[in-house]
Amino acid sequence: MALPVDIEALDKAFSGIGVDEKSLISILTNSNEEHKKSLRKGSSKLFIEDAKGFERSDQSSIKILKHQFKRFKDAVMLSVLHPWERDARLIEKAIRKGPKHYNVIVEMACTRSSDQLLGARKAYHSLFHHSIEEHLVTHIKGRERKLLVALVSAYRFDGPGVNEDVAKSEAQILYEAINNGEKNKLLDHEDAIMILATRSKQHLQALYQHYNQSYDKTLAQDLEGEGILKDTVECLCTPQTYFTRVLEAAVKEDADEESKRSLTRVIVTQKEQLVKEGFVPNKIQDILLGLYKDFMLASIASGDIK
Amino acid sequence: MATIDVPEQVSVLADAEALRKACKGWGTDEKAIISVLGHRNAVQRKQIRLAYEDLYQEDLIKRLESELSGDFEKAVYRWVLDPADRDAVLANVAIKKLSPDHHVIVEISCTRSPEELLAVRRAYQTRYKHSLEEDVAAHTKGDTRKLLVSLVSAFRYDGEEINTRVANSEAKNLHEAVKDKEFNHEEIIRILSTRSKMQLMATFNRYRDDHGTTITKNLEGDSGDEFLKTLRATIRCLNDPKKYFEKVLRNSIRRVGTDEDALTRVIVTRAEKDLKDIKELYYKRNSVSLDQAVAKDTSGDYKALLLTLLGKED
Repeated sequence: MALPVDIEALDKAFSGIGVDEKSLISILTNSNEEHKKSLRKGSSKLFIEDAKGFERSDQSSIKILKHQFKRFKDAVMLSVLHPWERDARLIEKAIRKGPKHYNVIVEMACTRSSDQLLGARKAYHSLFHHSIEEHLVTHIKGRERKLLVALVSAYRFDGPGVNEDVAKSEAQILYEAINNGEKNKLLDHEDAIMILATRSKQHLQALYQHYNQSYDKTLAQDLEGEGILKDTVECLCTPQTYFTRVLEAAVKEDADEESKRSLTRVIVTQKEQLVKEGFVPNKIQDILLGLYKDFMLASIASGDIK
Repeated sequence: MATIDVPEQVSVLADAEALRKACKGWGTDEKAIISVLGHRNAVQRKQIRLAYEDLYQEDLIKRLESELSGDFEKAVYRWVLDPADRDAVLANVAIKKLSPDHHVIVEISCTRSPEELLAVRRAYQTRYKHSLEEDVAAHTKGDTRKLLVSLVSAFRYDGEEINTRVANSEAKNLHEAVKDKEFNHEEIIRILSTRSKMQLMATFNRYRDDHGTTITKNLEGDSGDEFLKTLRATIRCLNDPKKYFEKVLRNSIRRVGTDEDALTRVIVTRAEKDLKDIKELYYKRNSVSLDQAVAKDTSGDYKALLLTLLGKED
């Protein structure tokens, strides 16, 4: 007979992000058939009563389990690939998977350095025999296409020397585009797209400051609810805000699989930045499990990066 | 094929010394300058500049700029620069004109290889502390701006694969976009700025096969329409760059008064690439050699330099 504490432990081993391998070993390896039967009967999610009198697996729950087991492997792969290949593959997958994943394309295009983005474009050629732009226009028919193509094509200047007058006037252009026109036409607003896609990050950060000073709210606030436009501005001007938002969304109670995967992606690809910013994983560590947890926490533990 | 004539043995030290001698004292020995620099390729010219800097603690280019003048100086300046740096300068000059030279931007973005265009973008940033695309965006407008920014930002796949299904459907899309003069600019820009060059040539061929006429003929129209002009230049550069350059040369010489900027630009940028083939096309088209036409229409040191780059023996 399985003790209630065992049944609870089994559930718990699967109730986070990742899997508590140690706990599973200790529950299952000494388990005889009677013990296992009561584990199955007691499990709230994984097994259901079959009409023929046995506890059968609930396939959709098992499928979710697969994702959990896969997390460690995905973290390792992301960690080991050349950053160019890694980013190229992330972009390709996001294009294939559809609109809910376009923020990943924005992330790749806007949080990498100009040379890293170029590298990802080169890798994309080698891996997929097309340019990123080609695949974007082939697979994306919606209004996000223009912005996404412009963002991945950018080779932004990276250096000082911002013209504050221009930054201020371009802040005004964006303000008017957001507040005077119909907000949902922003993705078609040529000047707005040009500004966001061609200006240097330094320039855009200055623009962000001017916007805040002139209009008493941040550009990101004004783009609340505007999906990839907000993501774009955050990634370019306040990347820490973006990453914190993604990490917190991943550990929410109702987080979907995609949000959870974002956790792996952000921690593995941004670990130097996170360490530099003194990121403390308070909000996320309780929900991580097992080897996956060890990998994630060790990635962002401050201390020498090898 | 290239036209410049480079000797087998080159000593960049001797070259640097010769150039120094040509610039020292009163007056300048332009012939000496031409006879050295006009017979060196890009790698050698770079080494000469380094050697000159080493020996005399002075930038060769600055020295030449101060010694020379007029069209000759402009041509020498452009010739001596690294190809990517040169293209960056040409692009900036074209952008900053009161009425920007859109076709020069098209030329640079469409006739250079994807890697070369990347090098131009890097060189542009180093020189001007802005990205090429942001300067193009700031100095152009409307659909012309959309087209040009897309072209300079493109990093085309450079493989040989062609998808005939795509060629068919995009030839069709282009035809739809073009007929009735109701151009769907977005569609055209999308195709022209994202597809690989091989793929585009297949599409243009398919267009011609299906409709009995080239797409550029179908785009003939109002010469005041800047977008159309830029679009035609784009397609010509992508489809057959040598033919495009022949036409630029022909127009630059035919004008009342030569268009020295265009003449210099084409000769300097193609002398190490395909100027020989362009010369053959020129002869076929005009029944007179490019050398003769240039000799007739230019003079002095400027003429001497151009003819040297065209491969004339000293």
